[in-house]
Amino acid sequence: MANIIEVEDLKKSFAGMQAVRGISFAVQQGSTFGFLGPNGAGKSTTIKMLTALLRPTSGAILIDGYDPTKEPHAVRRAFGIVFQDPSLDDDLTAWENMELHGVLYGVPRGTRYARINEMLKFVELDDRRHSYVREFSGGMKRRLEIARGLLHHPKIIFLDEPTLGLDPQTRNHMWEYLGRLNEREGITVFFTTHYMDEADRNADTIAIIDHGSIIVSGTGEELKRQTRKDSLEDAFLELTGHDIREESASALEHLRVMRRARGR
Amino acid sequence: MLQTIYIMWLRELKKFWRSPSRIIGALGQPILFLLALGYGFGSMFQAAGQGSYFQFLVPGIIGMAIIFASIFNGMQIIWDRQFGFLKETLVAPVSRIAIMLGRTFGGATVATVQGCIVFALTLLFGFHPYSWALVVPAIIVMFSIASLFSALGITVASFVKDMQGFQLVMNFLVMPMFFLSGALFPLTNIPLLLRALATIDPLSYGVDGIRALLINVSHFGIATDATVLLVMASVFLGLGSYCFTKLEV
Repeated sequence: MANIIEVEDLKKSFAGMQAVRGISFAVQQGSTFGFLGPNGAGKSTTIKMLTALLRPTSGAILIDGYDPTKEPHAVRRAFGIVFQDPSLDDDLTAWENMELHGVLYGVPRGTRYARINEMLKFVELDDRRHSYVREFSGGMKRRLEIARGLLHHPKIIFLDEPTLGLDPQTRNHMWEYLGRLNEREGITVFFTTHYMDEADRNADTIAIIDHGSIIVSGTGEELKRQTRKDSLEDAFLELTGHDIREESASALEHLRVMRRARGR
Repeated sequence: MLQTIYIMWLRELKKFWRSPSRIIGALGQPILFLLALGYGFGSMFQAAGQGSYFQFLVPGIIGMAIIFASIFNGMQIIWDRQFGFLKETLVAPVSRIAIMLGRTFGGATVATVQGCIVFALTLLFGFHPYSWALVVPAIIVMFSIASLFSALGITVASFVKDMQGFQLVMNFLVMPMFFLSGALFPLTNIPLLLRALATIDPLSYGVDGIRALLINVSHFGIATDATVLLVMASVFLGLGSYCFTKLEV
């Protein structure tokens, strides 16, 4: 199978601090790719560069054959994204959020309504279509965001910690949807998570990033074998150390974390 | 492009319509100013031979309602940034200028509606326009003011990241623009410095334009008012588009 994401020597610095220091990796079309790493390791920065929200300092990215710095709109049509924090409009209904997304992505009216219906059914929210999003629970919002991210038939879906704060039931459900989608539409799933069992169970390939560099990649089995550990969690801790990392809330905070990381 | 502008415009209207507290809250302050100042200073104004202060004040109060509503709507971007919705629009495969224009005209429409509600209320309190035929052009002037300040709100919101910053903008930008605009007093026979400040304040021309059309009193003349409003609205639309295009999340 061909690679749908190709990253070559990608770098990003903020005010002289290197957040991402020359990473290279590829993701096969139709596969599920787990992108792991401690807080502040460079995961979100990398995703922002892949999704054309941030310009790389140097290096090359190809998403579905397009360069995000040169053809951002072609890249943006090729993926759907579920951000780490919620990104719905609480004052609109579920349907209106979907409709707005469909219009922004230029899905024609006829197919738009059918597709919104289909996706709302898929995440089991079709009976709540006219409810305001502010009345939704965290899990329902996440499901709606997934439905929205898939509305325009993307080839890739980016999920930045999609299961954060969800109960195990909702989490299982979510992975079941994603698995079915992966099978049915051949969609490539690119996700980050802090739940190692989740990554082990769902990812075909895993890459671990720390201090802005990819330190290891392979299947879950390979990583465990390499570190001679029984679980991916132990393997992860073996590879990235036991120190607690600071959560980076903003770009500024991010800089502080990077400065600390470099000072060690 | 048009579809994007339309859907973003529609979103602003829906959000406004669904928030009765916002509608009422936005009316409270102008009406308070109108009643307290209008009736409080009325006899003094009359004694000075300037005619009815209430009639004079109404266009200023409409201008006040519009500038506050417009800046507020423009700065909704700060909320959208905090609640995450901004990212959804920034990552979409559409021109950011279309998104910015949709938001600006949506905010401007909402502010114009608020201006019209204030206008309707002043009628209840006894305001009578000079000519009913000129109410329609007055509403067009209101929309120009609203577009200008919505675009300014978006420009400022591109730099301000939190609600503390919003307070700063209200105190050091919006309040001076309102008080120095001649909304509350005639611009004739005032100290030179005050007049100079009023002359560079775009709201002065907005209030003066409404005044020209509603009570047939004007300081600058309606032609100057319209020209300044259109030029400044274009400048801020351009500036706002530029800043919005450069926005990173």
